Amino acid sequence: MKIQVTVNGVVHDSDVEPRTLLVHYVRDVLGLTGTNIGCDTSSCGACSLHINGEAVKSCTVLAVQADGDDITTIEGLAAADGEMHPMQKAFMENHGLQCGYCTPGMVMAATSLLKENPSPSEEEVRLGLEGNLCRCTGYHNIVKSVLAAAAAK
Amino acid sequence: MIPAAFDYVRAGSAEEAISLIGEHGEDAKFLAGGHSLLPIMKLRLASPSVLVDIGRLSDLSYIRDAGDHIAIGALTRHMDVETSSVLKEHVPLLACAAGNVGDPQVRHRGTIGGSIAHSDSASDLPATTLALGATYIAQGPHGTREIAAADFFHGFLESALEPDEMLTEIRVPKMNGAGWSFQKFNRRAQDWAIVGVAAWRRGTESGVGLVNMGSTPILATSVSAAIAQGASVSDAAQLAAAEAEPQNDLNASPEYRVHLAKVLVRRALEESSK
Repeated sequence: MKIQVTVNGVVHDSDVEPRTLLVHYVRDVLGLTGTNIGCDTSSCGACSLHINGEAVKSCTVLAVQADGDDITTIEGLAAADGEMHPMQKAFMENHGLQCGYCTPGMVMAATSLLKENPSPSEEEVRLGLEGNLCRCTGYHNIVKSVLAAAAAK
Repeated sequence: MIPAAFDYVRAGSAEEAISLIGEHGEDAKFLAGGHSLLPIMKLRLASPSVLVDIGRLSDLSYIRDAGDHIAIGALTRHMDVETSSVLKEHVPLLACAAGNVGDPQVRHRGTIGGSIAHSDSASDLPATTLALGATYIAQGPHGTREIAAADFFHGFLESALEPDEMLTEIRVPKMNGAGWSFQKFNRRAQDWAIVGVAAWRRGTESGVGLVNMGSTPILATSVSAAIAQGASVSDAAQLAAAEAEPQNDLNASPEYRVHLAKVLVRRALEESSK
């Protein structure tokens, strides 16, 4: 089935099988491998990206469902000149990652969270990231990073 | 994990969706947000031959004050139910329960109609709307009909919906200031409830819905009958599992679920009675 999606500002026309998952589409068709596949059961959040500005788990969305939508992946977050997004900077400065596998999903979920709640409390950050698992259990610094990014605004 | 192959058609209206589902027979399924259906398709527990995508029927996404009740379009997402000022004012129990579904990413996609039509007893919204005495509107090839929540859930993932019927609206009576509580017991933040309780109370009137205490969401009518007769909250809570047939699974034995239900119903009634 033919779809047209805008990914990180670039329009793509593709012909996909209806059962193609959005995460496979961005990784395998578009080559944007920053979006990771973790649990593949909509639990871990590693595959989080934005559809029309809101974080979703791309392992549980069909590419055909995103036809016509505006998608942002971790590759599209930094400015065109390479200047990191404030959330990416905050993760770097606060040691918000260890192995890094959950990080793209964490950053995408966190930017979506701050869009809905620009000044969250620590508890709201923890609740807001309930759909993202860090198997290094580095949650403390992840929460610290998100609070720092919120304060930097 | 990739679902088995299927044909995909996108409906432009509810009427078109119903006609498409009729055309493709019982192997066809409606696809709304996909957050109940796609996971089981990926696990190959379901392999519909055709998906009729109704996800773009934006005219079925609304929350309206309709006098004595609030009318919610079936395609209203959990996030919109959770944050609705109309629901927070008139049906705060439902807004709270919607905020307990999955996680923010899931709530950005999943819909109230999809969750109820899926009829999973472990989901939060079927039991909550049951406790609130909701009415569901189903549209089929010959028009629409009303189905009381109490008559809707027939068995494990089975509802009163005919194969060619679509759930289009959920009507929830206003709570008119009743006390309420939503209790969800799970081990990890985003999990399904091991046991959950949605309750409201106004004097001797009450409604108590149980999550994951049987093959369908359960209305704890014995608890409400006891409250109506003036029983204390602790005594009424002892009847929490009278209508339930809890299952055994990896998370809990039936005995443990019965214990949890009594504790959570007591807490819910205490909070509702404040």
